[in-house]
Amino acid sequence: MDFQLTKEQRLVQQTVRDFAEKEVAPLAQEIDQEGRFPRETVPKLAKLGLLGMMTDPKYGGGGVDSVSYTIAVEEVSKACATTGVLMSVNNSLVCHPLEKFGTESQKEQYLGPVARGERLGAFGLTEPGAGTDAGSQRSVAVKEGDEYIINGSKVFISNAEAAETFVIFVLTDPTAGARGISAFIVEREFPGFSVGKVEDKMGIRGNGAAELFFEDMAVPADNLLGQEGKGFKIAMGTLDGGRIGIASQAVGIAQAAMEESVKYSQEREQFGKAISKFQAIQWMLADMATEIAASRHLVRKAAYIKDSGKPYSVAAAMAKLMASDVAVRVTRDAIQVHGGYGYIKDYTVERLYRDAKITELYEGTSEVQRMVIAGSLLR
Amino acid sequence: MDIIVCIKQVPDTNDVRIDEKKGTLIREGVPSIINPDDKHAIEEALRIREKEGGKITILTMGPPQADDALRESLAMGADEAILLSDRAFAGSDTWATAYSIARAVNAIGKFDLIICGRQAIDGDTAQVGPQLAESLELPQVTYARKVEISGDKAVIERALEDGHETLETSLPAVITVIGDLNEPRYPTIKGIVTAYRDKEVGKMTAADLNADEAKIGLKGSPTQVKKTFVMVPKREGELIEGTAKEAAGTLIERLQDKNVLR
Repeated sequence: MDFQLTKEQRLVQQTVRDFAEKEVAPLAQEIDQEGRFPRETVPKLAKLGLLGMMTDPKYGGGGVDSVSYTIAVEEVSKACATTGVLMSVNNSLVCHPLEKFGTESQKEQYLGPVARGERLGAFGLTEPGAGTDAGSQRSVAVKEGDEYIINGSKVFISNAEAAETFVIFVLTDPTAGARGISAFIVEREFPGFSVGKVEDKMGIRGNGAAELFFEDMAVPADNLLGQEGKGFKIAMGTLDGGRIGIASQAVGIAQAAMEESVKYSQEREQFGKAISKFQAIQWMLADMATEIAASRHLVRKAAYIKDSGKPYSVAAAMAKLMASDVAVRVTRDAIQVHGGYGYIKDYTVERLYRDAKITELYEGTSEVQRMVIAGSLLR
Repeated sequence: MDIIVCIKQVPDTNDVRIDEKKGTLIREGVPSIINPDDKHAIEEALRIREKEGGKITILTMGPPQADDALRESLAMGADEAILLSDRAFAGSDTWATAYSIARAVNAIGKFDLIICGRQAIDGDTAQVGPQLAESLELPQVTYARKVEISGDKAVIERALEDGHETLETSLPAVITVIGDLNEPRYPTIKGIVTAYRDKEVGKMTAADLNADEAKIGLKGSPTQVKKTFVMVPKREGELIEGTAKEAAGTLIERLQDKNVLR
């Protein structure tokens, strides 16, 4: 058993940390306040190779392992959670299914540009009536000749504001329930495709989450990803990997909150001394450090299992369940350490608390993670 | 255009802690990085290669862990890397270091340009670059803030305290560079993977240098560190105003008052 990062992973960490501090962190507050998608950051992420990290280099990816990926998402999220999820969606929810389930020509046409960051990706599963119950899709594809005509809509789709390549899930057989769902690759330019209003959210305010509308959208039959009826399986398999990304994001947010708290508690004086001298503060800091370390271990363990080619659904669910819970608790306590100042927007922890909450909701709520974990126990 | 870039791995800290008893730097717990000025040297080499083509070799003298600094240079885009490492080099001052690096450069053989960072953040001497040029009997331009290659010459803007001068030098030459020169690029993920999985770091020991043993390591070092300490300014400095002549007059008066001058 070896808890050491490899030299390669350490250089990824050092490089992404340096990049995130200089290029990502300075924009975080503005992106949050304006609810603005960080378009200018996308080419920078692309240049470093952060948008297709695990993708095979022959399609323009970086070819690193999932552990390096968790490290990179953590570092970017520590600087800006919005940018962290932008990256996680592109890597985990778009590059991954395209590479795993795509045909060679689909990979050439779609995976390459997304992995190289030339076209941003998004993942369209959630519908107004299909959240946790993702199998209850309403959007429908009807095959006509060598095309599918798709009608329907999606909600809360991260990256939608700026994305150009979408992996979406719709019913090809409305009578078959979850087994009637199929995955398609669609482009923003397809006639009948449109992006609705960008949601005004509590946190990760710049991630461009929006509705998607499909009105008699003609999609070439070649754009079916995987087989007809296998869409639900593709979606669930993809989300397993996505959860590792979101868990990494949660660790990054929590780490940022802890570092802010350590710094502030040493500067802030009450009763004639720094508040870090009080046990009440020290205990909160100690709990933060412990819980973050435990979460990070679960995240890297899940990534390690994925890299070794074994089933990792449960490990990913545990990592996300714990890391998201810890992110919310640590950011809440970080505000407590800051007192009234932590409630003011000038202080980073105010944003971190709002950003943390989403990690308990998207890519499977904490309840869904518990369902996955319990399911593995009660077989 | 073949370029050799000389770099140093240094502890990543701006307020270096010192072991008062031993008079040495405390390195434990401090991560190691490529010396910041040297990163600008690497970046400049990469930019020159983009225009002129050729090969970039990174050279460092240091302990085995300096391999990390070389891998990072490869991840930034350098072609080859060589680690000059041997217990025989221990205790080298700048003179012995420059001599050893010069021997290594000779062993590499073909090159058109050597680029070094101005100075390392751990020693701050700014001596190795110029000494290397002397050792190799090559022209040198220090404090470069702009470098243009034209044919077999280089035109360099050299920063001075109160401005700059533009110099032209024949090649090969040694240039030392400052931070204003460029913005170093980040290594790419692909570059990191390649640096660790596909590339080799060349190794050189004292035996490979054909060096005069009396000129390397502690034996070859005319200077020795007696004590290392942080300068604490005890008095406030004062800037004497006026023209050069007036200021000189005031200075002489002050020194006479203090009996430094009579």
